[in-house]
Amino acid sequence: MSKTTPLYTRHQDAGAKLVDFGGWQMPLHYGSQLDEHHAVRNRAGIFDVSHMTVVDVHGADARAFLRNLLANDVAKLKAPGRGLYGCMLQESGGVIDDLIVYRTGADDYRLVVNAATRDKDLAWITARANGRELSVTERDSAVMLAVQGPEAIAMCVPLLPAELRSSVEGLRNFQCVASGGWFVARTGYTGESGLELIIDDSRVALDLWDALNVAGCKPCGLGARDTLRLEAGLCLYGQDLDEAHSPLVSGLDWTVAWEPAERHFVGRAALEEQRRQGPTEKLTGLLLEDRGIMRHGQPVSTAQGDGVVTSGSFSPTLGRSIALARVPAGAQGDCTVQIRNAARRARLVPPAFVRNGEVLVDLGDG
Amino acid sequence: MTEVPENLKYTSDHEWLRLEDDGTVTLGITEHAQQALGELVYVELPEADRELEPGEACAVVESVKAASDVYSPLAGVVAAANDALADTPELVNDSPYADGWLLQLRPADPQTLEELMDADAYTRFLAESED
Repeated sequence: MSKTTPLYTRHQDAGAKLVDFGGWQMPLHYGSQLDEHHAVRNRAGIFDVSHMTVVDVHGADARAFLRNLLANDVAKLKAPGRGLYGCMLQESGGVIDDLIVYRTGADDYRLVVNAATRDKDLAWITARANGRELSVTERDSAVMLAVQGPEAIAMCVPLLPAELRSSVEGLRNFQCVASGGWFVARTGYTGESGLELIIDDSRVALDLWDALNVAGCKPCGLGARDTLRLEAGLCLYGQDLDEAHSPLVSGLDWTVAWEPAERHFVGRAALEEQRRQGPTEKLTGLLLEDRGIMRHGQPVSTAQGDGVVTSGSFSPTLGRSIALARVPAGAQGDCTVQIRNAARRARLVPPAFVRNGEVLVDLGDG
Repeated sequence: MTEVPENLKYTSDHEWLRLEDDGTVTLGITEHAQQALGELVYVELPEADRELEPGEACAVVESVKAASDVYSPLAGVVAAANDALADTPELVNDSPYADGWLLQLRPADPQTLEELMDADAYTRFLAESED
């Protein structure tokens, strides 16, 4: 039995192709995922991401608890209204999940974790919270919307409650504001500017969805979400990240807060050992030089050894295939990708292809 | 209802075939197939003169999300491929029974075409597979 979000009938009415995703019936697209992709790069799109898991952590021990739970350090969130991205690790250093944590009050934090990892995340968090002076509460009835694209914030602001408008306009990346059942953050998963909103009352969320549609914000499905995040070089948990690999070999070393050295966090000892020895693998971008489309799981062959495609697809912005791949740490330059029965030529590139409407990778075709 | 032209033969893998006046057979995927796949962004076609076994994968159509094999139900030799699809794979979505054809082959035995479904049978097959 799949779960549905409060926007389910809106998706049906809009002609969405609905698919199961992590136990949820979610829109894959509303007719053309390519048009949806381009709408976000060029103007604005709206995504129902209510399947994401929202967890509030409140209490006197919340800060100390999260400083231990996460490889990034919530002590960086010096005041409420700020957030950061990071990983929750096993003692082995493997990634249990990647998440965003926001500070929403003096002793209040809000975590947004992946839908597909909800059960194990909640079990892990609550087991470690046991005996501490704090509460862990899942906000499972809230609606979460992502409004993304160069015109997204301007389209969204006039539709917000009056008391929120100027503070939302002033948000910088990873900042957030909350008021009266609304939570608005300047975050996203597309490589464009935009907002992610968590709205407690689903009727209020439906009204915003409708008003954004009228304003010209295009409904977008998970298909466009995936190609947008891949072009932006953002990891997808379960493909590019998993419990067998640490953030140091997944392109996320920048999310590990080593300082202060006396802060203990779960996985720290294993990461320090990996760092001493030097990582043996890395996550890279791949640009296909031949024709074809790279897919998850395809073997990669470099001069320094073998690797594997972790996420591969067609880039609607570049008009050719791009991928993320795990390869030997020293690999660079050209490689081949085994696509079905043929070895195709590809090139290792930094794992960010398109952001803020700009192509960041040298296509090499003049 | 999806479009199922009367003058074609069909397979249970949602390919269509048409016997041409010159004895070659044109092959493509059906309206139902292109709808199920979604927007195509890459089509891989066989080289001319390649020999095909019955049931052999002879082309690959790829949407953003996934790659799908296309099978030839007939033995034969590839006579031509639709080169326009290299730059405009969306022709398969826009015009699956005309401009979006995939390949032509010279069948080893044209009679085997008669064993495939006609339009009525394929329409029933589609209706049954929706249940």
